[in-house]
Amino acid sequence: MKVFLATLLVTTALCSAAEAGETLDRIKARGSLVCGVSEGIAGFSAPDSTGKWAGMDVDFCHALSAAVLGDADKVTFKALTAQNRFTALQSGEVDVLSRVTTYTLTRDTALGLDFGAILFYDGQGFMVPAKLNITSAKELDGATVCMQTGTTNELNVADFFRSIGKPFSPLAIEDVNELNNAFFSSGRCDVYTGDTSGLAAWRSSLAKSKEDYVILPELISKEPLAAAVRHGDQQFGDIVRWVGFALIEAEEKGISQANADEMKTSADPTVQALLGVSPGNGKALGLDEAWALNVVKAVGNYGEIFERNVGAKTPLGLQRGTNALWNKGGLIYAPPAR
Amino acid sequence: MSSLSRLHASVLVGGGSVLRSMFSTWYNTLITLVLLFLAYKAVPPLAGWLVFDAVWSSPSAQACRMAGGACWAFIREKVRFILFGFFPYAEQWRPFVAVLLLIGLVFVSANRRYWKPWLLGLWPLAIAAVLAVMGGGFAGMTSVPTAQWGGLPLTLLLAVVGSAFAFPLGTLLALGRTSDMPLIRSLCIGYIEFVRGVPLITVLFMASVMLPLFMPAGIEIDAVLRALVGMTLFVAAYFAEVIRGGLLAMPKGQFEAVHALGLGYWAGMRLVVLPQVLRISVPPLTNTLIGLIKDSSLVAIIGLVDLLGASKRSLSDPEWLGFYREAYVFVAFIYFVICFSVSRYSRSIEAQLSARQNH
Repeated sequence: MKVFLATLLVTTALCSAAEAGETLDRIKARGSLVCGVSEGIAGFSAPDSTGKWAGMDVDFCHALSAAVLGDADKVTFKALTAQNRFTALQSGEVDVLSRVTTYTLTRDTALGLDFGAILFYDGQGFMVPAKLNITSAKELDGATVCMQTGTTNELNVADFFRSIGKPFSPLAIEDVNELNNAFFSSGRCDVYTGDTSGLAAWRSSLAKSKEDYVILPELISKEPLAAAVRHGDQQFGDIVRWVGFALIEAEEKGISQANADEMKTSADPTVQALLGVSPGNGKALGLDEAWALNVVKAVGNYGEIFERNVGAKTPLGLQRGTNALWNKGGLIYAPPAR
Repeated sequence: MSSLSRLHASVLVGGGSVLRSMFSTWYNTLITLVLLFLAYKAVPPLAGWLVFDAVWSSPSAQACRMAGGACWAFIREKVRFILFGFFPYAEQWRPFVAVLLLIGLVFVSANRRYWKPWLLGLWPLAIAAVLAVMGGGFAGMTSVPTAQWGGLPLTLLLAVVGSAFAFPLGTLLALGRTSDMPLIRSLCIGYIEFVRGVPLITVLFMASVMLPLFMPAGIEIDAVLRALVGMTLFVAAYFAEVIRGGLLAMPKGQFEAVHALGLGYWAGMRLVVLPQVLRISVPPLTNTLIGLIKDSSLVAIIGLVDLLGASKRSLSDPEWLGFYREAYVFVAFIYFVICFSVSRYSRSIEAQLSARQNH
């Protein structure tokens, strides 16, 4: 069944490669951007008590909507599971997938996707109860490992244990609450594997004491998260990529939600080009010259988005770490917008 | 049955005989003791979690996490989201009205005094009113696409409207299956057996994952409609089998009487046979209906946010992570109230009908 579905997906993907400009025209005609997000991943896309979506992925959708339609609120969110997200994108049910999706070769090629700027560097790690006194993932022998189904995590774990030559038994669960229950409450598994951002978040919100669990130092995978679009519509792909880069560039140049308008008078030619004071970028992308200005005014720069949704002051309490700007010791880097 | 009625009788006689029956033989005594021990082990912690150690109101999740019991403050915070999903917050009186309309419709239809022809006219009117108040787009109500419908109104809509369409369809299928015409009979048999041969989740999965792939890009069938049609077609097959069971239980004399009176097929069915068939089919129909109400939660597969889906989504708010037990207990309670009332109602209707038959 899985193989059949995958084949079908690939064939359809190859047949239905989008035409350039098509997506942008459709969004403009519809007057709203349809954004595929998760069904609920804290800090990335989750509804608040009034049913409003919030999170980093959600803010990226708002940014894209601000760039394309000039209004950050013209977004229709569509919640997708890890399994049906690519079908939804392929079939045109969503314009863009902004759903903690790892950028991989297979997805870029065989699945017929194109990826935008990498907006979050994550990596898969292991979390174990501190009382087990384990300090390295290499000490795990015959462990029961909890993980979520339908993600790259399953494969990575199998590869890792094969490489260290130790047995393990996987316990794959689709529902994240059930998964958390299996690890934190019922103890059905000894080890919890997942992206370290997620592990840290669950630990800070679910563990009685943060010290009860340790995240082991090994990272067994690179999980660069980026927005995805259909392959073939290069123009829309460019827009998605450069909206991401604009957020990063804005942080680097100190342009924030509060000072975006004032920064238009900046003498810095890069800032002028980014904010559309010296025109050209907008025309090249097929957007209004104020696209990046609209983006920053709507959601702030990359740093603001990070701090608002997953940063140290939020319940998730993540440090910038690898997600700091390149000139501050991280990996977040944008090519020049000129 | 006889032991059940004996138990019933002993309850009526008084507590003394209940006690006696609990310890009447050595194995009854053993079972009683084991059950008492389990209750002693389970009830106090459960009651503590549910009531005594629970936090009933708290501005933040932190205080809740410190306490040992349930965090009902979470439910207070999220109740509107769980009940109405993504419906615009400021206009949630609309799904509230829709829920009242649906419940009212069911209540009116449940009362035998109102089983009159006008009731058949009331259904389309009430359903149209529900759809209008949910969808809006007139009289100052903003237009709300079905993608934002969710929570309790969606669950009720799927169950009520689904059964409303499935019931006549199921009746026709049952008549078709018992018909003398070979083509119609084999078509109906084929349909019923095919649908009963696949699980509902497969039907919904096909509708969500496969259907879009065969559609031209950009063309999309409304997800609520997809679910509604899928569930209606699915449940109709089960209704058909229930009603066919009723048809088979009819004494042959009834059909012969219809012929003797010179009534045609449809008139005979409508006036003589079906009223009796439906009467004896009430318990199994209720059973199927309760199944339908609970199965409606499977629409989560196609991305709809029904009652269960909304409560699941309410769990991912970073401010309120990890209160899934409370959410599930709360939704289970709502489902229980709905299904239990349906089943109590069916009991009372059975009692009324059998009383009528016996006098």
